[in-house]
Amino acid sequence: MADRPAQLIACHDCDLLQREIFLNPGCTATCKRCGAVLYRNATDSINRTLAYTVAASILFVIANLFPILSIEMGGDRAGITLYGAVLSLWDQGFQAVSVVVLLTTIVMPAIQLSSMAFLLVPLEFDQVPFRYTLYVRTLQYVQPWSMVEVFLLGVLVSLVKLTHNFKVIPGVALWSFAMLTLLIAAVASSFSARDVWARLDRITGRGVSR
Amino acid sequence: MSESKSAAGQGLCSCHVCNLVSRLERPSLAGHCPRCGTRLHFRTPGSVSRCWALLIAAYILYIPSNLLVMMETGSLISYRKDTIMSGIVHLWKTGSEIIALIVFVASVVIPLLKLISLTVLLVSVQRRLKWHPRQRTRLYRMIELVGRWSMLDVYVVTLLATLVQLGSMAIVKAGPASIAFGAVVILTMFASKQFDPRLIWDPLQNEEFHD
Repeated sequence: MADRPAQLIACHDCDLLQREIFLNPGCTATCKRCGAVLYRNATDSINRTLAYTVAASILFVIANLFPILSIEMGGDRAGITLYGAVLSLWDQGFQAVSVVVLLTTIVMPAIQLSSMAFLLVPLEFDQVPFRYTLYVRTLQYVQPWSMVEVFLLGVLVSLVKLTHNFKVIPGVALWSFAMLTLLIAAVASSFSARDVWARLDRITGRGVSR
Repeated sequence: MSESKSAAGQGLCSCHVCNLVSRLERPSLAGHCPRCGTRLHFRTPGSVSRCWALLIAAYILYIPSNLLVMMETGSLISYRKDTIMSGIVHLWKTGSEIIALIVFVASVVIPLLKLISLTVLLVSVQRRLKWHPRQRTRLYRMIELVGRWSMLDVYVVTLLATLVQLGSMAIVKAGPASIAFGAVVILTMFASKQFDPRLIWDPLQNEEFHD
């Protein structure tokens, strides 16, 4: 049998040319030379990823609307939201840092979740998403900059530091951020770009895919 | 070696967006992926020089990020200015050993590890060394994975500076080191994105791709 380019895969870490093999559900194919993950057989990828994305979007809204922590002093309670923290850093003259915090904890996760939804909702109904390449590419660029899990650890460290001097009350948004971290991890692990391309090829009737 | 053929050696190029392998005539000609339309390259263009530029900028900013004040904390009884390291020592002494350790790993170990590893990777790729390619690729994957956790200290400063401003009893202020440190984290993240790990493997097949 002649080599068809569609059956070939090049490792993105070492460029070794390999032939794709069939995988059982839940299995992962790794590069035989450098050990990089080539692709996975993620079960029911589009369905599950969409479900996690919807849940994560709801929690994302809650996490941004409610206070993360409140401190109690002399009977007064002062709560702080993520956006409030960004604003107050801006007012203190640290515009650059506040923009970085805004981007990595609010803007990038929002872009990530919305691109995922724009891509997967039409696919779920066997429609070709509008400008789908843009969304796939956006997802790739945005992912490293969406740092909800690092922010959560930052909240926990601050919590411990503050309990030395203050009475600290964890807010609704803290729990939402914890759940959001888990859900974004679930989105990332159930998403398979390979399945998205396979579905797109099937809908558009192009023969390039396997 | 017929066992290990690189895609580029065969004139084939893998699309970095959709992973479709397609034939690219010559690197000088601009090719586009037939499936998703992305520009195709055998190797990331200008990978080594761009990575060096970002890395050197990160090295320069690494100095002020460690010498300047990260956070000022003041109350009725005490007032202190902390650099990254003195803040960690203070945390350790006041009994939060675990937190001190977490902050130490995120703000001291990981940035240093990234700077040194990227330097080693860049030098080894430029000198076309054939040594331990698998380990070097693994090192690259590791710095890509852990790099983001350095942002921890930036978030801690943000939250503390805001929270304590609300009460009048104590003042917490962010210091200039937070800008330099944030820049180091972002620059090293961009640098590791620019680095193309496939360059590690090219000398093994006696191949060279410029684009």
